[in-house]
Amino acid sequence: MQNSSKISPAESEYAIETQDLSVYYNEFQAVRDVNLKIESRRITAIIGPSGCGKTTVLRSFNRMNELVPYAHAKGKVLFGGRNIYEPDVDPVEVRSRIGMVFQKPNPFPKSIYENVAWGARINGFKGDMREHVKQSLKSAALWDEVHDKLDESGLSLSGGQQQRLCIARAIAVKPDIVLMDEPCSSLDPIATLRIEELMRDLAKEYTIIIVTHNMQQAARVSDFTAFFSLSEDGKRAGVLMEYGETKTMFTRPQRKITEEYITGRFG
Amino acid sequence: MTVQRRRRDFVENEQQLAGRHTRGRIWLSIFQISTLIGVIILMVLLLTIINNSIGYSAVQDEVDPESLAVGGVPLEELPKETLVQILRENVSAGLFARFEHDQPVAERSAAEIYDLIQEYVISPEVIESWSLFDSLIRRDEILAIMQSQYPQAELQFISWLNWDFVRSQQSSHPEIAGVRTAIFGSLWTISITILFALPVGVAAAVYLQEYAQDTFINRIIQTNINNLAGVPSIIYGILGLAIFVRAFGYFTSGIYFGAADPSTANGRTILSAGLTLGVLVLPLIIINAQEAIKAVPNSLREASLALGGTRWETVWNHVLPNSLPGILTGSILAVSRALGETAPLVVIGASTFIQVDPQGPFSKFTTLPSQIYQWTVRPQGVFHNVAAAASLVLLVLLLALNASAILLRNRYSRRL
Amino acid sequence: MSIRLSIRHIEPPNKVMKEQRIERGTPSVGDLRKRPRPREAAIQSFLFLCGFLSIFITFGIIYELGKESLLFFGQTQWSSTNKPLAAAISADQTVIEVGTQGTPLQEGTLYRIEEEIVFLESTDGEMITVQRGVEGSQAALHSEGLTLQAALQPDLVEFFTGTEWAPHNGKFGILPLLTATLIVSGIAIVVAVPLGMATAVYLSEYATQRARNTLKPILEILAGVPTVVYGFFALTFMTPLLRSILGAEVVGIYNMASAGIVIGILILPFVSTVSEDALNAVPRSLREAAYGLGATRLETAVRVIVPAAFSGIAAAIILAASRAIGETMIVAIASGAGPNFTFNPFEAAETMTGHIVRISGGDLSFNSVDYNSIFAVGLMLFIMTLVLNIFSQRIVRRFREIYE
Repeated sequence: MQNSSKISPAESEYAIETQDLSVYYNEFQAVRDVNLKIESRRITAIIGPSGCGKTTVLRSFNRMNELVPYAHAKGKVLFGGRNIYEPDVDPVEVRSRIGMVFQKPNPFPKSIYENVAWGARINGFKGDMREHVKQSLKSAALWDEVHDKLDESGLSLSGGQQQRLCIARAIAVKPDIVLMDEPCSSLDPIATLRIEELMRDLAKEYTIIIVTHNMQQAARVSDFTAFFSLSEDGKRAGVLMEYGETKTMFTRPQRKITEEYITGRFG
Repeated sequence: MTVQRRRRDFVENEQQLAGRHTRGRIWLSIFQISTLIGVIILMVLLLTIINNSIGYSAVQDEVDPESLAVGGVPLEELPKETLVQILRENVSAGLFARFEHDQPVAERSAAEIYDLIQEYVISPEVIESWSLFDSLIRRDEILAIMQSQYPQAELQFISWLNWDFVRSQQSSHPEIAGVRTAIFGSLWTISITILFALPVGVAAAVYLQEYAQDTFINRIIQTNINNLAGVPSIIYGILGLAIFVRAFGYFTSGIYFGAADPSTANGRTILSAGLTLGVLVLPLIIINAQEAIKAVPNSLREASLALGGTRWETVWNHVLPNSLPGILTGSILAVSRALGETAPLVVIGASTFIQVDPQGPFSKFTTLPSQIYQWTVRPQGVFHNVAAAASLVLLVLLLALNASAILLRNRYSRRL
Repeated sequence: MSIRLSIRHIEPPNKVMKEQRIERGTPSVGDLRKRPRPREAAIQSFLFLCGFLSIFITFGIIYELGKESLLFFGQTQWSSTNKPLAAAISADQTVIEVGTQGTPLQEGTLYRIEEEIVFLESTDGEMITVQRGVEGSQAALHSEGLTLQAALQPDLVEFFTGTEWAPHNGKFGILPLLTATLIVSGIAIVVAVPLGMATAVYLSEYATQRARNTLKPILEILAGVPTVVYGFFALTFMTPLLRSILGAEVVGIYNMASAGIVIGILILPFVSTVSEDALNAVPRSLREAAYGLGATRLETAVRVIVPAAFSGIAAAIILAASRAIGETMIVAIASGAGPNFTFNPFEAAETMTGHIVRISGGDLSFNSVDYNSIFAVGLMLFIMTLVLNIFSQRIVRRFREIYE
């Protein structure tokens, strides 16, 4: 007889909580012993030099790192108090609750309407799809630009528009959390700014976790920041160095290494 | 000075340089000529076939068709009952009974009765035929031969490839033989081949590319498929003979389905032929589909999975639609290959002589390449003419198929 | 591969979109458990079976060929000697009169009359002395005119070393078929490799894009011509050509050279295309390094690029040889219809594939010696091509490591 997996909301105030999370690629430990508590409906930024496992950590939140056959995780990732790595948890379910926007926009080669509708449809959306698509596109600040060409291919949009389409697509599934993996790194500065504005709006409804290599962006946009770097024992494992409110981290960092990264001395 | 000394060491090189360039030019010519040889061979091939399919022929009728006309109406325009009458009067009772047995006269069309009269009553015979080349160059010589050796015969300039040729059924007289039966046989067979091999092949490719992890058994499956692609086609014929004709003969002959007479039916049917060719092209379709699926970018899969789609939903909604053009092109190429295959069909028992069009998957069969083979190996020179004509039909068919494959490929790659 | 079938007790799947998710501040996790997705599992099983089918096919080939070959070598085959009994015999007669026609009988061998096996002790041409009912068979009456059957026991040694192939006569040497196959394939390779490689080098290193766009489709067309049409071409063009060049006394109407040359033409596009792919796969940087040192185009192509692409080219040649060995229709039409142990390519001879086609295309009863022999020949053919294919894959893998 299985335990009920329903958890009442009051028990968990954190969107995601990791406990001693380590991720391995074969024998290599890419990320070591991460202990992190992500606040709900806030924007949390993950920053750090390249190669320190930021994307690996992000992808472990929605079990996307499993798509690589030789990757496996140890430790716990609690989503709403429930460890998503338990053997009887379905990754498909997890991914419908924790959405993702990728570094390079990857809309489906379908119409703009279909791009947004498809995810909602397979997750069982039963209401008025036209209205739902409209709402999602509005929330992604894209409706005004595409409302008269919903039947055109998603690939006909500009880079920035495509990325907003991907965001619309992700929130159409009504997730709890939206993970963003360097969403602006392939966009021009104006498009970047628009997406940053968008994130502020989205944070009213969704928890946003964003990986970025751009410190200024983290400072502009996030409420909390987690700083990762390579372990000091030479084993090249990514380790969480410091985590706190963005304002504090960028003015009075607690650790020397955080200060060195923020002031640009390495990375 | 060091510079001068260096130049001196290199002086010979200037003379050598000219020689190196010359050698380069010579070899370039050799390479160009080699490449050109390929082009030349193709033209020679086509010319040989055309050469054999048009030319002068010395034709002699056994019975003058004009003598068969009734009331001044020529043979072609007579109604069916009159034709049947003429046929009955002019052939032996035993032969007429055989016609009835193959397919009742009542069921045959007027055109078919006319064909029978042509073949068994009028019986035109080509005594000798000349190639196009000969017909054009040695015309006077041929006229002389006609005068001296074949005074009774008529000299006709025949294009062996004509609409009658395509429309007519097979015959032991090359003069009136046609490839209709063979074309239908080929079409029926290929339909079964595709019906079987395409879904199974694409399914296997989807499994190997989207689901299979790097385990021992999956590596074996992949190596195995690569090896099967290189197995000679005749081995597939032996396999088909053993499995489809013999072991499963009960099913493939149609007895199980009640569609055939257990006393005369055997497993040498279109169904067996189609399945055998299906097994033959299966590795090709799998490998090709794998390539098409591999070409779909991974970002598409990730986008779908990140939205909470299952593996199959991702494959069905995103991977397959985007790899479809590649898969279709590949299957058209597989069909071309299957259309041209002869050896396996000979092994499983293509009929050497049938005159009735195939009725369904349980009929005996012959295919276009089988027909070409049978005509080519006959000693009488005239059969070479019909073989050449049939080859042209086959080549045109294949050209149409491949052209549509290229068109498909271009159309879809532009769209994406 | 794992087929996950959840068999736990699960509440019915809640497929209605939870729009109420928006109001809460923290995620209401709901039911994250794996639900049974029978459709997914069923589909995955079906796909796996389709993939596994290929293994069945290979097993089928090996099983069929192996089984019949085992029977072929293992069973004693009986073939008529055409020598009849001159008169009816009783069940205990040991001295029997036989007719003079048919093949001569050998002393010390087994013969069969109807179902009874007898052992021939001596013969003088008209009368034979036998032991009746040996090898577990029953002695019985036999009527006049029944023919004796000779025992044919093919054995492996004779199979591989015998130079005559006539199964109905008890001759089971595969060498005539094997040498014919090798000679024809050898000629094909000699034709296809130089021309194919030269074409590949030209297309990859010298040709302009426009030249490539015209030439490659022509090669594709050549590759698409059905083998039976090539066979026709060999018989009606190549053979007369050879006969007019070398003389009709030297070149027979059916000969191996004609077939070999046309098979070479058949595999020429294959050699050319695969070699060209191999040459194109060599990175640009290598070419630039060579040119930068002042090498001519020829020197670069021949001394740098071709050796670098060696593994791909070697694989191409081996695969082409494999195809040449397996080619059937061209040899069936142009090469000859009867086994002939010779090294003269201008004579007619039957290859392994041609033999299989001839025997199975004729009217033959199941289980006659000739019929069963095609499985043994087929098995040999299969093994030869399999070894070549595996060898070519190995070469690609091994040499690619060294190069990179």
